[in-house]
Amino acid sequence: MKKKMINGASMIISALQKEGVDTVFGYPGGAVLPLYDRLYDSSLRHILVRHEQAAVHAADGYARVTGKPGVVFATSGPGATNLVTGIANAFMDSVPMVLITGQVPSGFIGTDAFQEADITGITLPVTKHNYLVKNAKQLPSILSEAFYLASTGRRGPVLIDVPKDVFDQEAPFEYSVECEIPGYNPTYDGHAGQISRAVKAIRDSRKPVIFGGGGLIRSGAASALEELAEKARIPVILSLMGLGAYPGDRELFLGMPGMHGSITANYALSEADLIIATGVRFDDRVTGKLDSFARNAKIVHIDIDPAEIGKNVKIDVPIVGDVKTVLEAILKKLQPGDTAEWLQQIENWQKQNPMPGALQSSGNTVKPQYVIRELSRLCGENTVVATDVGQHQMWAAQHFIIREPQAFLTSGGLGTMGYGFPAAIGAKFAAPDKRVVCITGDGSFQMNIQELATAVNNELDITIAIINNSYLGMVRQWQDIFYDKRYAYTLLEGSPDFVKVAEAYGAKGMRAGDDQEATEAIEQAIQEKGPVVIDFVVEQEENVYPMVAPNRPINDIIIGGER
Amino acid sequence: MKHVLAVLVEDKPGVLTRVAGLFSRRGFNIDNIAVGETVSPGISRMTITVEGSETIVEQVVKQLHKLVNVIKVSNLSDEPSVMRELMLIKVNAEVGSRSDIQQIVETFRGKVVDVSPESMIIEVTGNEEKMEAIKLLLQHHGIKEIVRTGKVALLRGSKITREN
Repeated sequence: MKKKMINGASMIISALQKEGVDTVFGYPGGAVLPLYDRLYDSSLRHILVRHEQAAVHAADGYARVTGKPGVVFATSGPGATNLVTGIANAFMDSVPMVLITGQVPSGFIGTDAFQEADITGITLPVTKHNYLVKNAKQLPSILSEAFYLASTGRRGPVLIDVPKDVFDQEAPFEYSVECEIPGYNPTYDGHAGQISRAVKAIRDSRKPVIFGGGGLIRSGAASALEELAEKARIPVILSLMGLGAYPGDRELFLGMPGMHGSITANYALSEADLIIATGVRFDDRVTGKLDSFARNAKIVHIDIDPAEIGKNVKIDVPIVGDVKTVLEAILKKLQPGDTAEWLQQIENWQKQNPMPGALQSSGNTVKPQYVIRELSRLCGENTVVATDVGQHQMWAAQHFIIREPQAFLTSGGLGTMGYGFPAAIGAKFAAPDKRVVCITGDGSFQMNIQELATAVNNELDITIAIINNSYLGMVRQWQDIFYDKRYAYTLLEGSPDFVKVAEAYGAKGMRAGDDQEATEAIEQAIQEKGPVVIDFVVEQEENVYPMVAPNRPINDIIIGGER
Repeated sequence: MKHVLAVLVEDKPGVLTRVAGLFSRRGFNIDNIAVGETVSPGISRMTITVEGSETIVEQVVKQLHKLVNVIKVSNLSDEPSVMRELMLIKVNAEVGSRSDIQQIVETFRGKVVDVSPESMIIEVTGNEEKMEAIKLLLQHHGIKEIVRTGKVALLRGSKITREN
């Protein structure tokens, strides 16, 4: 029987449908016109953003909440290059994503044609894999590989660059969701011998901690982690990327470690005799000075990416595999050790070292930590928090109680200002029944403020909390501590009136300048329909504490002025 | 220490760029690299010599494995293997010095592949030490140009490096 012939653009639409995609984030342009023409007739929902970077961040937020690959369309040249920051962001944080870019027609490639950019070359170091399609015949297998690669093993973004003529070319279409790639065989089951060694290590340990990261969330390991922690009475520390993998209000939860981590978490890592590291990569923001990191501990490291094991820190029990699968295997043989004394020690640390900065303020500003705590209290459960990058991000990580996986979206690896708001938009599309809050700064918000149009246009109920200190706060804090208070170009003078900006876009705007106004604004905003911007005028020179200076041991902690 | 890696890759566009890019962005040093076909259609073999400690080379191997087009990576320095490189040397060769050059070439079992009134091209294969030795001996005649293929290597005995 003769196979059905369809054109490249139709193949892409069909493949997306077969892969279970329902939403595409994108921005049209010349080279991608044939694809948009096919999309127009399809059942797929297309979210038109106002800048391509926002399309990637929104797809990223969508992917982190659903666990499925986010999908992005953009045109050639500047459309494609505008995606790069978002792709790098997704790559660093292992977010599954498939991006389809239009390219100039095949015959023009390499001629510096109008809107031509070598996007496969440009994104080579920041994608899990990428493809430049030569003809439509290749498309079915490339699309199937792209979804498979993005959503298995260590997740990541995959880009497919399609020349304009290939969208129009006809070829036979046969699509299989299953595919085999000779050089790609992720390991899911941990090595049995190593799992036994981990079980023994847990049994023999008197001072164990679990240190978990984003891998727990990607692999859906939260309940396995909870069982391990509670059966074996092991305290849990979660990296910024791991927040939510274990409920933030539990007794065994010690908070985030590292540069702005909790004092107890850093002490516990430094004093532990066993660290069970799950889906983490021992980033420099966590370890501080490497030679002093966890000197007393045996380290078990479970990760799906073999290259992460032993990359930064020497590992005693390496286990390559899916975190959930491996934790479940450990649970089957679990023999809890005696951790009572250790838990007592930890409780003492917690009592002596509460998270600083929850003070209520006087005068006509509000403490940023107070705002975050009130947001946390009033939003409650069933909330997705998306943050931008900087001081507000750290305060959110410290003071917002995250109870569920996939409920805290933040740019962990790349630290991308401008991530939070579009990610919140993606999250709202992914989980319309959840409350979505974007915690941002006056600097970060202005990096993708144009997306107010997208939020208004789609009537998205999102609360945007601007922690406005009129500074590029985290950079100013470093200038304060390490550069003799020389605030070189970190004062953000000339920012607009955010209330008026919100109103100009057709959103609601509010301002809060003291504690009472802050609480009332939050109470009101979360009841409103459509996007609401709250401009919290916070204390300008408040610093994030605790703090470990870069490349210092993590138990060498700057507490800051006040408690 | 120098390590020689045999890397089997899918013969697809851009694969060399992916491998080379990985080395440069992760700060690994490639000493030399040689690429060619294998007995399996669609699969090429790269022989890459890298300088670095055990830990660095372990990272190199793991990172190479992460490239989707890379099928297999083996460290040939871990096992007995035959390593060879081919070098062409263009050396000054006036009438009076030709017999001396000829003698050196014979000692190293090289070949004279081109002769002109002022110069000769010599072809020599072998390992690193042999290359260095012949270069040293020919130096006083005046070496005008050198080109090298980069090392290629196979495991000794019947064992082979295959894609699966």
